[in-house]
Order: sequence, then C-alpha cells, then structure tokens
Amino acid sequence: MALRDETGPYFGEFGGRYVPESLVEALDELSEAWELAKLDPAFRAELDALLKDYVGRPSVVTEAQRFARHAGGARILLKREDLNHTGSHKINNVLGQALLTKRIGKTRVIAETGAGQHGVATATAAALFGLDCVIYMGEVDTERQALNVARMRLLGAEVIPVTTGSRTLKDAINDAMRDWVTNVEDTNYIFGTVAGPHPFPAMVRDLQKIIGEEAREQVLALTGRLPDAVAACVGGGSNAMGIFHAFLDDTAVGLYGFEAAGEGMDTLRHAATISRGRPGVLHGARTFLLQDEDGQTVESHSISAGLDYPGVGPEHSWLASIGRATYRGVTDAAAMDALRLLSRTEGIIPAIESSHALAGALELGRELGQDAVVLVNLSGRGDKDMETAGRYFDLIDAGAEQS
Amino acid sequence: MSAVADVIRTRVDAGSGALVGYLPVGFPTFDESVDAAVAIAQSGVDVIELGLPYSDPVMDGPVIQAATQQALARGFRLSHGFEAVRRITEQVSVPVLLMTYWNPVLSYGVERFADDLVDAGGAGLITPDLIPDEAEEWLAASERTGLDRVFLAAPSSSDARLVRAVEVSRGFVYAVSTMGITGARSDVDSAARGLVARLRDAGVEHTCVGLGISTAQQVREVLDYADGAIVGSALVSALSNGGVDAVASVAADLATGTGRRG
Ligand SMILES: Cc1ncc(COP(=O)(O)O)c(C=O)c1O
Repeated sequence: MALRDETGPYFGEFGGRYVPESLVEALDELSEAWELAKLDPAFRAELDALLKDYVGRPSVVTEAQRFARHAGGARILLKREDLNHTGSHKINNVLGQALLTKRIGKTRVIAETGAGQHGVATATAAALFGLDCVIYMGEVDTERQALNVARMRLLGAEVIPVTTGSRTLKDAINDAMRDWVTNVEDTNYIFGTVAGPHPFPAMVRDLQKIIGEEAREQVLALTGRLPDAVAACVGGGSNAMGIFHAFLDDTAVGLYGFEAAGEGMDTLRHAATISRGRPGVLHGARTFLLQDEDGQTVESHSISAGLDYPGVGPEHSWLASIGRATYRGVTDAAAMDALRLLSRTEGIIPAIESSHALAGALELGRELGQDAVVLVNLSGRGDKDMETAGRYFDLIDAGAEQS
Repeated sequence: MSAVADVIRTRVDAGSGALVGYLPVGFPTFDESVDAAVAIAQSGVDVIELGLPYSDPVMDGPVIQAATQQALARGFRLSHGFEAVRRITEQVSVPVLLMTYWNPVLSYGVERFADDLVDAGGAGLITPDLIPDEAEEWLAASERTGLDRVFLAAPSSSDARLVRAVEVSRGFVYAVSTMGITGARSDVDSAARGLVARLRDAGVEHTCVGLGISTAQQVREVLDYADGAIVGSALVSALSNGGVDAVASVAADLATGTGRRG
C-alpha cells in the first residue's frame, strides 16, 4: 500500500483514541461527517472557492537566491504559506473544519492555540461563518504573542488564558478538551494540528496536504524535477505533514522535520519530541512525547510558542519509526539567525516557527551540495513575533541594528 | 472474585448501595493522604478510589486539578501510589481502586503495574482515558492477575458501546452522571437516571454514578436507582480546607445518604 493511503485511526503502532468515553460519540460523528464531506463535490467546491478567493491560494513558490548563498550552493525554494490570509498555513485546516461544523449543525467552536496563529485563523472563520468562538491559550503564550490575542478579540472571539500546568499549548489543549466534554452538544472542537485523537491527525493532514500537492507541481514546473529534500518545522506537525504528504511515495525525495531544540538538545530546555522523547499517550494519541520515568509529561521549551509542545502527531512518529522521514533539532539561536538572514537577504520576515525550517534548510543545502534543490515550507510570517525578535536582537530601544 | 463487587452487592442487598470516595495520593502530603483515606473508610466509605496525580488530567475539574498539581509539585512518584495502597489496606479492609490516566501505566509497563498493584493489595483500576477499544493490553493483564477494571459509560455512549463497557468491566461500570468533568454540581443530572436504565438494559450487574455528587441528599437520590454513588471534589475540598478531621466528618455525613449511619 502507498504511504499516502494511510487514513488512521492507526499509523503503524501510533495514533488511536485515548480519550474519555464522553468524547467518543463526538469523535465518531466528526469521523463520519469528514468521510462523507471529503467525497462530496459540493463540499469540495465550497472549500476550494474559499481557499482561492478568501485565503489567496495557490500560495506561490519563491526562489531564495541570496539566502541560498549561505546554503552551500543548493537552490532553496520557499513555499509561501506566510502569504495566506491571516499569515500562516493554519487557515487551510480551519476553513475545512469550520465548514464541517456548519454541516453537523453546531453553532459554537473552540480551539487551542500556541503562537496564536491557529486561534486567529479559528476566530477568523468564526467571524466569517457567524459562529460563537472561544480560544484557549496558555498564559505564557498570551504574553509572548500579545498581538495575536488582540487580533482574536478584535475578530470577536473570547480568549481564555490558561493558568494550569506549564501555562502553554499542552495545557490549552487540556482545557479545550474539558470544555468540549462539557459542551459537546452544541460545540465543535477545531483542532489545530495533526495530533490528538482520531480523526484529527488524518483530517487535519487531509486539509493541509494541499500545500505539498501545489508545491510538487510548482517545483516540477520551475526546475523540471522533484526536490532532493523537503524541510518543515514540526510543532504538532501540521505544516510538515501538509508539505510531506504529496512526496511520501517519491522515495528519492528526502523528508526532514525540524523540531525546536530550544537551548540545546542536550539541555532540559527543548521541544525535540521525536529526537529526545519516547512513545506514550498524550492528548488522545499514542505517539512520541517528552515524559519522565513515571510517564508524567515534561514541559517543553522553545523561543517559538508554536513549537513549544511536548507531543507530536502520530503520523510523524510512524514516519520516523519506519525511516521515511528524518527529524532533527534546531536551537533557538540557529532559528533566530535564520530569521534575520532571510529578512536581510530576501526581504521576507518569517515566523520564528518557520525559521527552524529555514535553519534546517541551510544545513541540508550544505550537506547536499551544489545544485541540490531544497523545498522549504515557509509556514508563517513574522509579524506576530516582532516583539520577541525586537528584544532578541535588541532592536527596539537601541535601534542600532536597524541599518 | 471481585472484592469491590462483593462490597457493592452486600450494600445493595441490605437495601441501599455503596459509597465510593475519591482522594488523590500525595495531597496535601503523602502521610495525610493516607490518613485521610483511612479516615473516610472508617467514616462509612465502602470503596476507595485513590487517584494518581498526572500532569495532564483532562477529566478533572479545578478542585482535583489543584490538589494533584500540588502533589506533583511536592514530588509525587508512582511508587508512592503503591505505597499508599499498601498503607491503607493494612489499616482498613475496604477495597482500594487506583484511578489513573493511562500514560503512567503504559510508561511503567502494564504487566509490571498490574503485578505491583496486586502486591500492594490493590483491587484494580479505574481508567478515565482508556476506552475498551484501546484496552487490549490491560484486559490481558487484568485477566491474568484478577484485578478489577472499571470502564466509564457516558450519557452520549451508543447502546453498542454500553454493552461493550458492561462486558469488559469488572467490579462496576462507572456511569458518568453528566457530560463534563469532575466537580460539585447542585443538580446531579437527570441524564444519570437514564444512563443507569440503559446500562441495566445492557445487562450491567453493578453501576456506580459519579461526577457532581457532593451531598448526602444527592447520594440518597442516586442510590435510589444506582448501586453506588461516587464522591470526589467534595471530599478533596474538605481535606484541603479542614484537614483529615474535616474530610472524615464530610464522609460520615455523605454516608447518611446510604441510610446506614447517622
Ligand atoms: C507559522 C507556524 N508554523 C508552524 C507552527 C507549528 O504547528 P505545526 O507543527 O502544526 O505546523 C505554528 C503553530 O502555531 C505556526 O504558527
């Protein structure tokens, strides 16, 4: 069977549904609705129209020639998800799930968010479709992504800062699940990444795979061949699965996921789930996760809120276990250097999350050498990160760096 | 074969039903959590549901979350769970079920966990985030060791799923009274009565109702149609606010709802 044909609930020994019984009915309902919707031409047409006229798809591919000079002479092609409406790949998934919400007749949506991009996308779709919207966001993240909190509120969503546990993405997911268990009758949970219980990993992947499908054609048209490597950052893993999927059965194409190595892979402060974790159960799926000896989830650390997650989607765990994709770490410092480099060489300010993929692409280019083609998923733009970047590079008060 | 089922049967035969009391290990301290469990057993609780603190407790409301988070911050380890079971069962004869999310068990090793629980004198497990569909390993380990396995049934569960929960559970089936998480509620949902009736149609022998029960009056109402009433947050609040004496007195009051003590 082709690797592209996997539909869940299991990806090898990963995936499944480790959830309270109270959620099973809602998950079954979503699974069935999704199976029907994805085969329904009317649903597909409505989603395609939104992706074209509202999001601005297809997103372009930009060759980064000046940036590529730092990558050992390889050609670097950027898939520009940063140009989508709302500024990241997250909107692709949200519009599909929001349409599905209408289809199953629910009137309220909830979501978790880390960087705020998924929350902004969900709040946007809720505004567009007239749905009530509540976003759970770890208190730490509401501080480091304050701009996105303001955006969500302006769009009419209620943002609830989560104060339990590590006060980041994983705890926001816990609270969103608690809300869902309580309000499942009228509420749909729009999950933001390819993690969680079935059907989320497969459904979110199905909604994001358009990234790779477009990019595969675009790279063929531009270079006359397939890329040697595809690079993406991995938080929960949705932008990575989205760009990997079209290439899964192209065995000559190397697939590379870059996890946040934070302050270093050998410190305790990172979010390198596949590289440093071991299999277990978190947020409804069996997958790799950062955990201690007792199976307690260990807090992750990354300068990037969107990658600061101790779990990862089960399909990535499977791709890692069968050796089809390779996962590596990129430190905060390497990511921030790549962020500044792309800004200065190409005039594109990337999200800190996406900067992990860019740093990884520099590394891959040097390894693969002259004329290699590296396709990078530029999953989002850096507007939301200006405060972090301003502080990191000391741009705001001193101004000296702003030449 | 199940001590839990025996206790429940005895209480039902006597004309009422069982009181199941939840407390987490390690809150407010390890010793006090053991003393509190012993005290509620001596005050009329028939079955103890001992919670293992976990980093991501998606079924728990604010009161239990706060308690288990504090236990974790003070250094709770899984080994303390087995030790607590041992210390409680040495002092009182009530059966002790562990309530645990699945990852700690998986991480420890399902077979090894089962063996160590048997050694400590535990009766079995209540598994809030393990559904029968994913429970193959645990079914095998509990079959081998004879431990009880309590699965949950929800008002939203289909008839087929209720039948499955009844088939695989041993000890009792945990009927979730309302759609939601743990925490005291002023009304125990009428959904509970309907769910218990559907579980009876599915052939259940014993089912206990939990989530939201906090008063003797609610215990009495639930025992009108169910075989047991499960109380958690109300006990944890009492322990948190007034220590071991307070939790014992709240347990004694709740036990009046079973019609046995006053
Ligand atoms: C721009 C961007 N890229 C990547 C991510 C990480 O998510 P995922 O791994 O699901 O793509 C986020 C999450 O917030 C994001 O905002």
